Amino acid sequence: MSARAARWRLLVALAPLVAVLAALAAGAIFIAGIGERPLEIYALLFREALGTGYGLGQTLFRATPLLFTGLAVALGFRAGLFNIGVEGQMVLGGFAAALVGAYVPLPGVALALAALAAAALAGGAWGALPGALKARFGAHEVINTIMLNFIAFSIVSYAGRTLFENATVRTREIAPAAELPRLETMLPALHGSPVNLTLPIALLLALATGVLLFRTRLGYELRAVGLNAPAAEYGGIAIGRTQALAMTLSGALAGLGGTNFVLGYKHYFELGFSGGAGFIGIAVALLGRNHPLGVIVAALFFGALSYGGLVVNQRVPRELVEVLEALVILFAISAQPLLERAARRWS
Amino acid sequence: MIAALLFLAAALRISVPYALAAMGSAVSERGGVICIALEGLMLTGALGYTLGAYATGDPWLGVGAAVLAGALVAWLHAEVTVRFRADQITSGLGINLLAAGLTRFVLVRVFHSSSNSPRVPGLPEIPLGALGRLPGLGALLASPLVLATIALVVVVQFLLFRSVFGLRLRAIGERPEAAATLGLPVTRYRIAGVLCCGVLAALGGAWLASEQHSFTDGMTGGRGYIALAAMIVGKWNPAGAAAACLLFGAAEALQIVLQGSAFPSELLQALPYLVTMLALAGFIGRATAPRAIGVPYDPEEA
Repeated sequence: MSARAARWRLLVALAPLVAVLAALAAGAIFIAGIGERPLEIYALLFREALGTGYGLGQTLFRATPLLFTGLAVALGFRAGLFNIGVEGQMVLGGFAAALVGAYVPLPGVALALAALAAAALAGGAWGALPGALKARFGAHEVINTIMLNFIAFSIVSYAGRTLFENATVRTREIAPAAELPRLETMLPALHGSPVNLTLPIALLLALATGVLLFRTRLGYELRAVGLNAPAAEYGGIAIGRTQALAMTLSGALAGLGGTNFVLGYKHYFELGFSGGAGFIGIAVALLGRNHPLGVIVAALFFGALSYGGLVVNQRVPRELVEVLEALVILFAISAQPLLERAARRWS
Repeated sequence: MIAALLFLAAALRISVPYALAAMGSAVSERGGVICIALEGLMLTGALGYTLGAYATGDPWLGVGAAVLAGALVAWLHAEVTVRFRADQITSGLGINLLAAGLTRFVLVRVFHSSSNSPRVPGLPEIPLGALGRLPGLGALLASPLVLATIALVVVVQFLLFRSVFGLRLRAIGERPEAAATLGLPVTRYRIAGVLCCGVLAALGGAWLASEQHSFTDGMTGGRGYIALAAMIVGKWNPAGAAAACLLFGAAEALQIVLQGSAFPSELLQALPYLVTMLALAGFIGRATAPRAIGVPYDPEEA
């Protein structure tokens, strides 16, 4: 390979970074458009989000659900599936965790574990459904997961008629035993921030996802199906079963994403708690190139944007962050094929 | 009798924005470009209408602004997916996020509110005389966008299945390589399909804003996804999609009728989604997408 081709390949690998820089540049136009200084705003945003203990804690708290949803989307992508249902799976997971935490009489750690398991089960079941429909009927998982998102919202709102506290859209508080402690109790530097035990759980699951994908037989089969389904089938891999399993695992990860708020922060389920983390998870997976390590970095970046956006809200509407998130997605998917084409042409 | 007429009128009224957006996505997808960006396009159209009507005081200029805004955002989707050949589903989701963020950004900057715009004029009614006094239907037929939607169902159906443009567009959605061999400009046709989708969906958004005389944050409330579902249930046919929209509109009207009763309205809410899943699984006839849908066309590979 010539030096020139190698340089182009490096550039293709850096596509996510190019996308982020392009999005920030486009965002700078918006900031300048309303009469503020872009560099100053960005500096303030990232300094506050990453430079203080409290700010870092807030960033990590916001990155936690994105880790789960990013991993969920990435796992699906690896098996050639686009799980847009992460939002609904996360909502059902959070709801299940809240119910188990509030109503199941279990002592001590057992209750917290049961609540976590309930979240994974509920999300997993909601992911398994489109997986099975794909395997059995060949029904496209993209449309089905979109539909299941809304059905999940309807289920929760119906169940809430009897389960929500009077005149609110939230459930009863969970028992203290089900609460996941804040990290500030161990790391005083994070004082005041709501980052909690869900974060280390998410990091462990990132590790587990990496091991599953790259060190196990199932992971190999999953990636083989994602890369080339007919070849995988020829090699003796049951495509339908593998994809259904991938969707189940993806849904379970997404379901656990609901516990950051329910078990670690407010200690109850509330309608709309997810704040769109399911959809940002797609951006996280995209930017992280469907690799657990990449997902961690990307979740941290979007977590910082999310908290930093609040900090600069006085000077630039925090909606800017949503625009940036969307631009990152659009630039990331455009940069990749553009750079690849350029690399092909020049090497 | 009158109750039935009123119900039908309510169902029709609700289904107008759905039908516009659903027909739009049918055109785009028949050309081979998935457009799940309907939600964002409708939201953009609603804001465009509000800004236009607010700035000029003329609702028709509002409609013009909506169409322009919708076309602009759709053009972005077209550039990303057709010219850059990026993933169409991801781009659609990105557009939806972008529209949600941008409309809120504009709302805060222009109207200094994070929830709603000031009141703007709605579209005027057509004077119908005695016909206008019919219960329910009178008010319905007097609404210019309702009539326009009914006309558009015929026009779009004709465009896709009886015009040269439609024949070529559908060929490009099925086998772009073959169409290119015949000298058809695949890229240009696909972009045109996506732009049609943007204009139609934005009209749906304009109707919503005109109906409530303002723009409110996230006012489309998932309607773009219901329209998408209707398009699939309608098997990628404008007329079929419009019929599905009428069905979904009736379900929604029924919710209003049953309000306060013990009947779980959530079941009716979820109905469009359940019907769509059944259709996809093959229980309500087979819903088959155009063959080359979602696949970017690369002239260098063909």
